[in-house]
Amino acid sequence: MATYALYGVAALLALAPIAVALAASARASNVIYVASLLVTLALGVIGLMSLFERTVSIATLPLGLPWLGAHFRIDALAAFFVIIVNLGGAAASLFAIGYGSHEESPQRVLPFYPTYLAAMNLVVLADDAFSFLVSWEFMSLSSWALVVAHHRERENLRAGYVYLLMASLGTLALLLAFGLLAGSDGNYAFDAMRASHPAPALAATVLVLALVGAGSKAGIVPLHAWLPLAHPAAPSHVSALMSGVMTKVAVYGFVRIAFDLLGEPAWWWSMLVLAVGGITAVMGVLYALMQHDLKRLLAYHTVENIGIIYIGLGLALAFKAYGMPVAAALALTAGLFHVFNHSVFKSLLFFGAGAVLNATGERDMEHLGGLIHRMPQTAFVFLVGCVAISALPPLNGFVSEWLTFQAILLSPQLPSWGLTFLVPAVGALLALSAALAAACFVKAFGVTFLGRPRTPAAANARETDSNSLAAMYFLAALCLVAGILPGIFIDALAPVTNALVGKSMPHQTGLDWLTVVPIAESRSSYNGLLVFIFVTLSGSIAAFAIHRLASDKLRRGPAWDCGYPELSPATQYTASSFAQPIRRVYGTTVFRAREIGEMPPPGATTPARLTVEIHDLIWDAAYAPIAAFIGYAAERLNVLQFLTIRRYLTLVFSALVLLLLVLAIWP
Amino acid sequence: MRGLSFDVAHLLAGSLVLVSFMQLYQDRLYALLNIYALHALVLAASVAWQAFIQDAPHLYLTALIALVFKAIVIPTALHRIIVRLGIHREIETVVGVGPAMLLGMGLVALSMVVMLRVTAEADPLAREDLAFALAVVLLGLLMMVTRRNAVSQVVGFMSLENGLVLAATGAKGMPLVVEISVAFSVLIAFIVIGIFLFRIRERFDTVDVQALDRFRGERR
Repeated sequence: MATYALYGVAALLALAPIAVALAASARASNVIYVASLLVTLALGVIGLMSLFERTVSIATLPLGLPWLGAHFRIDALAAFFVIIVNLGGAAASLFAIGYGSHEESPQRVLPFYPTYLAAMNLVVLADDAFSFLVSWEFMSLSSWALVVAHHRERENLRAGYVYLLMASLGTLALLLAFGLLAGSDGNYAFDAMRASHPAPALAATVLVLALVGAGSKAGIVPLHAWLPLAHPAAPSHVSALMSGVMTKVAVYGFVRIAFDLLGEPAWWWSMLVLAVGGITAVMGVLYALMQHDLKRLLAYHTVENIGIIYIGLGLALAFKAYGMPVAAALALTAGLFHVFNHSVFKSLLFFGAGAVLNATGERDMEHLGGLIHRMPQTAFVFLVGCVAISALPPLNGFVSEWLTFQAILLSPQLPSWGLTFLVPAVGALLALSAALAAACFVKAFGVTFLGRPRTPAAANARETDSNSLAAMYFLAALCLVAGILPGIFIDALAPVTNALVGKSMPHQTGLDWLTVVPIAESRSSYNGLLVFIFVTLSGSIAAFAIHRLASDKLRRGPAWDCGYPELSPATQYTASSFAQPIRRVYGTTVFRAREIGEMPPPGATTPARLTVEIHDLIWDAAYAPIAAFIGYAAERLNVLQFLTIRRYLTLVFSALVLLLLVLAIWP
Repeated sequence: MRGLSFDVAHLLAGSLVLVSFMQLYQDRLYALLNIYALHALVLAASVAWQAFIQDAPHLYLTALIALVFKAIVIPTALHRIIVRLGIHREIETVVGVGPAMLLGMGLVALSMVVMLRVTAEADPLAREDLAFALAVVLLGLLMMVTRRNAVSQVVGFMSLENGLVLAATGAKGMPLVVEISVAFSVLIAFIVIGIFLFRIRERFDTVDVQALDRFRGERR
């Protein structure tokens, strides 16, 4: 299987030169995206087969380090993530067949798109630290090239710059983590790392480095700064891949190191991961609420969902450390199921945002509105995505968050008072973030699709093409299927949890009415199908009743305008006015948000103004000082560029003497 | 024989360091060139002695190269350059002679400490030789750093290279190819620097490298 997967990756890599060769032709975009679609579908099938056959297959290539070679392996975890990567890749390729034809500079996107897909596959397949890091960096660089594809906009260049810096930081942390794991023998194969049992202090250092390295790519707070800049800057199908898939590859990196390579966890690791997850979830959604840019809002929601995933992973670490494998399996299943769900609905939402962007040329929600009449199908699938990400039953987002809560409810059994205090607090953060996410998506959907168009661009929008719609309908259907048949997905994750925590959740598919019972019937159960049937039935009955009783009495007349004729669309509820209550409650402390009202004196002709000031405290506290220091140091060191020859010689001479002195004094 | 050969090698290498100090002390160009010739002469003698005690005939060739090129050709050429440039004035040094000598002594002490420590197991002859060679290299560098005149910087560079040759011949089994290539690279460097000297002089009417700095609008 691993060999076939490598063939698939090679096929994707081969598409890049073809894309370069075809760049001039108008059909290039179709050729590349159709080919990517086929290859990713094949790779996805390989992933499915490896997951269900429960086999581990390996392949070795004579590349990389001479004494090591490049090892690749598909086990249950890798197979699951191969499915995620290629499901997202296939959907994005299908979407791009339509979307890509509007691309203004296809030669900047087409060669990097298949290499990016190939790189993400390689990260998941890699079975030694060297191949892993090379693929990881390859993934970062190819996605960077896609972020700066539209390089004429200053903002994109800045996004690319910040992204590149943060990606280097992450890779550095991972490099150190693997270096510590490999030990002084330099044994970089994952097999050798699994076999070695690192000392507790070393293992803890590796965990922190992995959290920083993989977390900076996944977007945990406070390493998220690049994410809301870079994800929206790329073309929309690539944004979907970055948000929906690449962050999951980063989660894979963390899971691989923390659960697989490091062996038995210490109990306090989970406290770190849980705290990071909880803060990330709430901060992500609060940032999102302050945003009016549709794609940036979605990117901040990625931060939030990564927080939810890390909460699941942290709980799994806690249960594993205390020898409670069934509970650990539940928490890990919840986290991984959310990985799948988020990759589906986040891709769907980014496709929707891309369709809107294509139809109107606008990303700012304050310039949109009323699109449900112009783009009814896009509006429908976007609504499905919104319901899913807001964790409303019967869609998939609810199931994985509900499973996470079930794991949180098991936490009183943990024999550590630190965790028994922390976990409920994290549960409260999770609940808060779920509620705020729902509010945020009411805003996103309502302001973008409902009401009246705020600009001519929104008024003249047209429905998007059929390929893009097909991709979105496919993902929306997947949201529904995963929501009403979660048992199938939970059972499919059993080999993964078996391999990582030693147990799996009870078998779900045989139960009556497709119920999901995570622990015991007496404790809790969820039946997505019944909820779906109930929602559908009650909705249909209500619709039928309203139609029967009220439709013929409907008449359309002018809305009451308070005596002002010709209401402007600007008088509608706006995104920032929708977010105002939440901004007042949370934003005053978290963002030091201030509203400054300027009321001109009577008789003055200047307009009244209401300005909202928001500070990104994390940027101000963590990033700005570092940037300022580097700028200052560079300014100081600049003198070194313009010394005289003799001074350069003196520098060389003193460096030499200094080193000799060190050599002389060193014991 | 063992004792005598060691003593003579030691004496010659030590004299090379001493001559380096004399160079550091000199602040007139003609005298500096003469002492450089002496430096090369001592080097040639030292290499020849090494050839004798190591029974390595190719080292005689190295000694010959040192004698012909470094003790005769290069000083003569530099002498003619100085005459043609008309600069036989005093050399301005950045650091005074006294501090320079003190610095030089510190460097010699440093190179002794370093070399004797890191080569504890080596052959005593090679150890002493390497320590002296490092001292000569450092003194050459010091000379390049403390002089402002381009010609004396060239001399500093040449004496630095002499230190390298001393180190190379002190270690047994250094192939001739290496020495010849070092000699050639020095020759080429000498030619290039000579050409540069004339170019600098043509443009600025001086070979004081401060003129270059002034030209770039730098303060000293």
